[in-house]
Amino acid sequence: MLPFTLEKVTSVQDAIAAASSGRRFIAGGTTLIDLMREEVEQPDHLIDINMLPLSEIRIDGSDLVIGALARMADVAAHPDVQRLHPLIAESLIEGASPQLRNMASIGGNLLQRVRCPYFRMHDAPCNKRTPNSGCAAIDGLNAGHAILGTSNHCIATHPSDLAVVLVALDATMLVRGPRGERSFPVEELFRLPGDTPHLEHTLLPGELILAVRVPGGFYSRRARYLKVRDRASYEFALVSAAAALDVGDGVIRQVRLAVGGVGTRPWRLRTVEEALIGKAPDRKIFETAARLALEGARPLSGNHYKLELLPRTIVRALEMTGEAA
Amino acid sequence: MTVNVIGKPLPRVDGRAKITGVARYAADFNQPRQVHAVIVSATVGLGRVTGIDTAQVEKMPGVVAVITHRNAPRLPYAPHKSYIDPATGERLHVLQDDQVRFYGQPVAMVVADTPDQAERAAVALRISYTAERPIVDPADPKARPVVPEAGKQPDARLPADTARGAADSALADAPMRVDEIYEIARENHNPMEPHATVAAWNGDRLTLWSKSQFVINEQAEIAAIFGLPPENIQVICPFIGGAFGTSLRTWPHVTLAAMAARQVGRPVKLVLTRKQMFFTTGHRPRTLQRMALGATADGKLTSIVHEGTGETSRHEEFMEALTSVTTFLYSCPNVRTRYRLQPLDTGTPNHMRGPGEASGVFALECAIDELSYKLGIDPIDLRRRNEPTIDEGENKPFSSRSLMKCHDLAAERFGWSRRTPEPRSMRDGRQLVGMGMASASYPAFHAPANARARLLADGTAEVEVAASDMGPGTYTSMTQVAAETLGLPVERVRFSLGRSDYPPAPSHGGSWTMASVGSAIRAACIAVQEEAAKRPREGRPIEATASSQRDPDVAARFSMHSFGAVFVEVAVDPDVGTIRVRRAVGAYGIGRVVNPRLARSQCTGGMIGGMGMALMERTVLDTRDGRPVNAHMADYLMPVNLDIPPLEAHFVEEMDPHVNALGVKGIGEIALVGMAPAIANAVFHATGKRVRTLPIRIEDVLTA
Ligand SMILES: Cc1cc2nc3c(=O)[nH]c(=O)nc-3n(C[C@H](O)[C@H](O)[C@H](O)COP(=O)(O)OP(=O)(O)OC[C@H]3O[C@@H](n4cnc5c(N)ncnc54)[C@H](O)[C@@H]3O)c2cc1C
Ligand code: SF4
Repeated sequence: MLPFTLEKVTSVQDAIAAASSGRRFIAGGTTLIDLMREEVEQPDHLIDINMLPLSEIRIDGSDLVIGALARMADVAAHPDVQRLHPLIAESLIEGASPQLRNMASIGGNLLQRVRCPYFRMHDAPCNKRTPNSGCAAIDGLNAGHAILGTSNHCIATHPSDLAVVLVALDATMLVRGPRGERSFPVEELFRLPGDTPHLEHTLLPGELILAVRVPGGFYSRRARYLKVRDRASYEFALVSAAAALDVGDGVIRQVRLAVGGVGTRPWRLRTVEEALIGKAPDRKIFETAARLALEGARPLSGNHYKLELLPRTIVRALEMTGEAA
Repeated sequence: MTVNVIGKPLPRVDGRAKITGVARYAADFNQPRQVHAVIVSATVGLGRVTGIDTAQVEKMPGVVAVITHRNAPRLPYAPHKSYIDPATGERLHVLQDDQVRFYGQPVAMVVADTPDQAERAAVALRISYTAERPIVDPADPKARPVVPEAGKQPDARLPADTARGAADSALADAPMRVDEIYEIARENHNPMEPHATVAAWNGDRLTLWSKSQFVINEQAEIAAIFGLPPENIQVICPFIGGAFGTSLRTWPHVTLAAMAARQVGRPVKLVLTRKQMFFTTGHRPRTLQRMALGATADGKLTSIVHEGTGETSRHEEFMEALTSVTTFLYSCPNVRTRYRLQPLDTGTPNHMRGPGEASGVFALECAIDELSYKLGIDPIDLRRRNEPTIDEGENKPFSSRSLMKCHDLAAERFGWSRRTPEPRSMRDGRQLVGMGMASASYPAFHAPANARARLLADGTAEVEVAASDMGPGTYTSMTQVAAETLGLPVERVRFSLGRSDYPPAPSHGGSWTMASVGSAIRAACIAVQEEAAKRPREGRPIEATASSQRDPDVAARFSMHSFGAVFVEVAVDPDVGTIRVRRAVGAYGIGRVVNPRLARSQCTGGMIGGMGMALMERTVLDTRDGRPVNAHMADYLMPVNLDIPPLEAHFVEEMDPHVNALGVKGIGEIALVGMAPAIANAVFHATGKRVRTLPIRIEDVLTA
């Protein structure tokens, strides 16, 4: 690990004022410290934001507002979250391990970095870590990599479970930076790799995530997060799906669907959603619609199985929305 | 006074020390003036080091030395091999030349005042190489199998070729046949505790606090490498945080720690990173096996052909018992086995829990299961029809064999009768449910061992052996043997292990510690009592040392093995392919059970290891340069708590008067052995899809 200095801030203004290039905010540190030990991240100064009053979880009208510093474990266990947004609780519980969830914050979770093994290896080319060095995964081992949103420069999957759910639920980010506060859809936080895979998000320099706002809605009743993986816990998704259905008079009135493990960013599936509207919620319909998720998919040597697993996961998640959690 | 403690479920005598953090593991030891060494591992898979830019790094904060092949001392590396080292080839000599033989091989070492400074400097060290593409894939057409040298001898313990009858023609003539290829991935041991060594010289005497399952051999090996008499070297290892075989051999980091300590004239601590534990500390070799069975329509085996190949390094021929069990598990007149090695540009594999047997039995027990479906015979019944009365490979009686008793007991506890034989016929809600079973076997080894017992004036006793306890509970079970033999309550017996100056013990592997060390302790305790009877105490301690070994005549007369039966239920999701083990029941015939609590813990641990082998564990190498890409605990999957279902272990009564005076066989390895085939067979029963490649993953059953 490279030497660095640490500064504790107690107000949002101080945090923003302290930010500059070569510096990083640190919350739980579960992503950042890990990568600093491997010298993938090399900040010379850390701004510890854990003292900021950003841990609150509250109801605002019909919205749920989650502070950026709320811990994954606390959010998952919160009665309002469980009542209004079981989907969020489910996605958090399925992530990482209890120890990590106790440390890890919501803001940090959205900005966690990819799990591509080559990203962590200094002796492998990686455009994301070292721009223009190449991509070791494209012709290497890529079973865990993305099939959607990839480029010839990077094919890494976005790893967050929570982000998939927030994108499905039309949640918005609340951020503040040197130029003031702004709000935008969570979906717009994430960039496609294109030819600049080292740029992962759309935050402006010095911007701090304050909170995430999740609108209330139909999906509290029929919503599930399905995470498919080889072991029961402590593994990132091979494929995951967040699905919410609003069914009335025997037809699907509204639907929200996003998937993880397959995209270079959390992947909302609007074409599949559209195909479902007005149809009966049955397996045949789900299967036909789920096939549309593969539009534009580019499998690689190691991840062909995702072409099969993705639609199956979607179908199953849609079905599960009708079952008890 | 007689105290009956053998057979009692005594809690671990060292449990409190472990829970409270008093127990010290290798990296917990510290010496005055100690510095820290970090190994720099090669980043090419084959080639030469052409340049090392040490000047910059030497100037970094805290750096005491940068050691490379250019400034490292030329070490004598006198010939030395013990039975846990490959019989053929030569161990890796570290920092003695510029050659890189495999990815991750140590090419330099940085020594600094603090671990962080050493780590930092190790990352900053720039090394240039000329590199070629290594061959690390056994399927590479350029990889050529060889006949293992040590398997060619007529009396080889692991013969390259064996044959009885005419297996190939019997196979061709058989009315029923199974002839398939089974593949098992490379696995790494991944114990919780990292390899670590603290080395301190005092003149030409060296003390090593080092993680080792074989302190006597570590002493001898380091003595040979440095050209010193073994008495000059003391190896200390009181506790081990799991090992599974990885600490049987003395790997290069021990040499490096000693080398660094001598070079800088200060004690050195060296701890491997998790990633480095995928490079130079052994692994279960990837194997490819052909298993062919011929049988009559009523299920009598007429032929078994077993051809297995295991990977090895270019510099050593690591052999394991891949084909051994095939020669005696079933009654069959025509059996041929063939064992080959495939040298690759990788580190040398080594023993990993159930070495050889676990892999070989996977192929055999899956093939038998396949045959049972072809014949429409219940798999237990098929095994019963082929149960031998003697070891037909060795042509000797078994000292004891309770295999069918194990099957009966496990089947009953498991509820096998509720199984419907048709694949894909059982469901629980949406989940496909499958039940599978397999036999397990592991040799009841016994090696010569020594022990010292001492009666103190205060009525307590001390017992010492240079044995190890990697977690099975050696401290506790040996205390029980000593207490019972001496007629003392366990609280008054203190058993110590893990020092090379104690009476020599065999390696702590091969499931022979209980038998070998236990027998030696029993002998020493009897000897010290005889000594005490001869002369009055006079307030001075009375001491006796004794050794024990298996009677060679008895050993020659009998075939000695443990046997077991494993039953597993799995659930497979028909949509998304997730495979979860729902429960498992094992029954084992392992002679006398010294401590049922520890024995059960060993068995459930072994079953979990077998779950890992069946469904999760594999070290994935990038064939472009041989690097393991998942050398990380988040990426190398092993069962976590949520994966582990209710597991039951039962023991059948088994009195074996031949194995040793205690009547104990081994237990550590056999518990892993049958698990993987039982799971694979259950997956087939659940899905109707036969997967012959381990680990079995979602993508393998997705389209079942
Ligand atoms: C072994 C392992 C397994 C895991 N498994 C999963 C999993 O299955 N599913 C899953 O979703 N996640 C998983 N994670 C990721 C984990 O959820 C993230 O590491 C965690 O959520 C990050 O939160 P943190 O507070 O520790 O972030 P930090 O490490 O403190 O920060 C991460 C990044 O976010 C920035 N940052 C943090 N807070 C803010 C803020 N308020 N404003 C602006 N920038 C900010 C930091 O500067 C840094 O760049 C796993 C992690 C590990 C190590
Ligand atoms: S996929 Fe992306 S993160 Fe992985 S090696 Fe390629 S560029 Fe780097």
